[in-house]
Amino acid sequence: MKFVDEFRNAQLGQALAGEILAVLEPGRHYKLMEVCGGHTHSIYKYGIDDLLPANVELVHGPGCPVCVIPMGRVDDGIAVARHEGVIFTCFGDMVRVPGSEYTLLDAKAQGADVRMVYSPLDALRIARENPDREVVFFAIGFETTAPSTALTLKRAKAEQIANFSCICNHVTIVPPLRALLESPDLRLDGFIGPGHVCTVVGARPFEFIPRQYGRPLVISGFEPLDVLQSIHLILRQLAEGRCEVENQYTRVVPREGNLRALEVMSEVFELRAHFEWRGLGFISQSALRLSDAYRQFDAEERFEVPGVRVADPKACQCGEVLKGVIKPWECKVFGTACTPEHAIGTCMVSPEGACAAYYNFGRFARERQAV
Amino acid sequence: MSTSEPVASGREQRILEIIETARSKRPRFRDERITLAHGAGGKASQTLVEGLFVPAFAAGQSAALAALADAGAVEVAGTRLAMTTDSFVVKPLRFPGGSIGELAVNGTVNDLAVSGARPLALSVSMILEEGLDADLLRAEVDAIATAANTAGVEIVSGDTKVVERGAADQMYVCTTGIGAIDPRAQQLAPDAIAAGDQILVSGPIGEHGTAIMLARGQFDLDAEIESDTCSLWPAVDALLEAVGSDLHCLRDATRGGVASVVNELARASGVAVVVREADVPVSPIVSAAAELLGIDPMYVANEGRLVAFVAPQAADRALDALKAVPGCERAAAIGQARPEPPGLVLMETSFGGRRVMDQLVGDPLPRIC
Repeated sequence: MKFVDEFRNAQLGQALAGEILAVLEPGRHYKLMEVCGGHTHSIYKYGIDDLLPANVELVHGPGCPVCVIPMGRVDDGIAVARHEGVIFTCFGDMVRVPGSEYTLLDAKAQGADVRMVYSPLDALRIARENPDREVVFFAIGFETTAPSTALTLKRAKAEQIANFSCICNHVTIVPPLRALLESPDLRLDGFIGPGHVCTVVGARPFEFIPRQYGRPLVISGFEPLDVLQSIHLILRQLAEGRCEVENQYTRVVPREGNLRALEVMSEVFELRAHFEWRGLGFISQSALRLSDAYRQFDAEERFEVPGVRVADPKACQCGEVLKGVIKPWECKVFGTACTPEHAIGTCMVSPEGACAAYYNFGRFARERQAV
Repeated sequence: MSTSEPVASGREQRILEIIETARSKRPRFRDERITLAHGAGGKASQTLVEGLFVPAFAAGQSAALAALADAGAVEVAGTRLAMTTDSFVVKPLRFPGGSIGELAVNGTVNDLAVSGARPLALSVSMILEEGLDADLLRAEVDAIATAANTAGVEIVSGDTKVVERGAADQMYVCTTGIGAIDPRAQQLAPDAIAAGDQILVSGPIGEHGTAIMLARGQFDLDAEIESDTCSLWPAVDALLEAVGSDLHCLRDATRGGVASVVNELARASGVAVVVREADVPVSPIVSAAAELLGIDPMYVANEGRLVAFVAPQAADRALDALKAVPGCERAAAIGQARPEPPGLVLMETSFGGRRVMDQLVGDPLPRIC
């Protein structure tokens, strides 16, 4: 594929792997967090971690929008989906995320009309085509997907599509990062920054990380060479004693972000006082809800939802896994109460979460060497 | 300068063992309801089959069923026959490169073929929805007749049911087939797979599933891609002729794609499998569509592609024989069986890394065949 294969060149990958070796301090163990689930996916898909020495460890961060949705919100979604006449729409990977009792896929099997869409605009189209049904979109994602929800709501308002509404679960990436960084037992040396979020919000919101917390962050693209180069840039900063936000993904991320997207978002959304994250608990000002001007499209107002908080099981230690304090197998419920088939924590929910990956692939002993 | 990675600590080792024990147990079916995932060919399907069907039906008697091959073997007066059955609920009924009728014949013929059986006869059973357009039915009957003719099987029996509008979606077709197990194919089984075996595929992968997804029209994507549906008996015949008992095991890579088949066989035979991504034939249209839709062609369904495990000394001959079969010109050797770690499938990515290529967990493509 043109314009894609160039970023997947194996020879260049080997060369970069060599350059990474050259900047490592012998005997030192490095823990780098890739913040975004998209990076986790690339790392997994291309086997990028296999090209790294054993003492460069990648920790999967809180940036998988599906995994961070807490059980109570899934329950709310299921309650709305079960309303008479509702067509419930969401992204495909959301349907398998467990609520306190069921997933949306279970609700569908029990009779709810749950449909997977690739875009919120598809949900709006379904609303247009079914004027006698209530169509609800379960909106999830970080600043990456929030603008598309915002534009869809703008269009719904302009076209006066009254049977469309939205359960807004959009979250923002900076507050959970700050929460991780505030933790006294944090063991991370640097961050692979979320390239697509930065396309919208720019580089500036991340500058506090090197300034206040002394950890480098490199905004990274999603092709394997992007990720390897970003790892190299972080390690080079550490080797040279520098600590700053660098932008590896210059072909897409402007420093100021996408001003028009930010404008639409601020029109349609406002910050929630606090929001619960699966595995991380409540984080203040970490999520979005619909602004007063768009309240009419808020499904949480339109339908009765239980709104009950379902506590993460006490024994679940996703927070510690995310901070890099413990390894998945050190969690008290790992492999016993918490398995991929019956996931408790965020790290087990997504197949690419740290715990699910370890559960499935832990016995694949890599012959990687430490340097 | 370098030191090897420290061995797993005692606790980590114990937990890995607990997981291993849990994984190797026969899955138990505990779900409250059937979801689409139970039909997707991944872990949920496996739990349904091995946790509910096999214990009830095989109960220590039917070794043929317990083997869970594509077709079961029965011996009648000294002749070994293979028998198999399949239902087809594909939507839309017609798609580029094929239709439900053609699939219904080829799907069952192929389950026989990869069991080493020359397909002989089929039964065809139809469930029709009240109100179905008769011309649509005529077209599918034609498609069934033509496909059976091409595959060299007779249709010897059938059944028709009409259900109320809404109780079925247009039409469903079920076919049952019998075939005579070829004398050259007595050894074909997962047990015959050995470390060192080369793994072949009979052509570019993922075309059927991609054609169906695009034909559903929900993605606003247009591409010239046709289903790969065809009878695999000519390919099996050629392989048996070329390498005989060096052909160890065959599967058609339908639901769940090549990745699922290879996982199943690695598990059943206790070998590890290494697949070389760069050697897997994928047409540019399929890889572009997969890229856009965020799916992996290794998990996309095929309806006319087989995966063969062949003894290493016979691999070149097998590949040459396969390539000489019309429709298999782009057959390729894509990987190898290894002794360690048993049951695991690894992928050497084109980028130069290695990763585990696991069984499918969920359901990316509902009702694909």
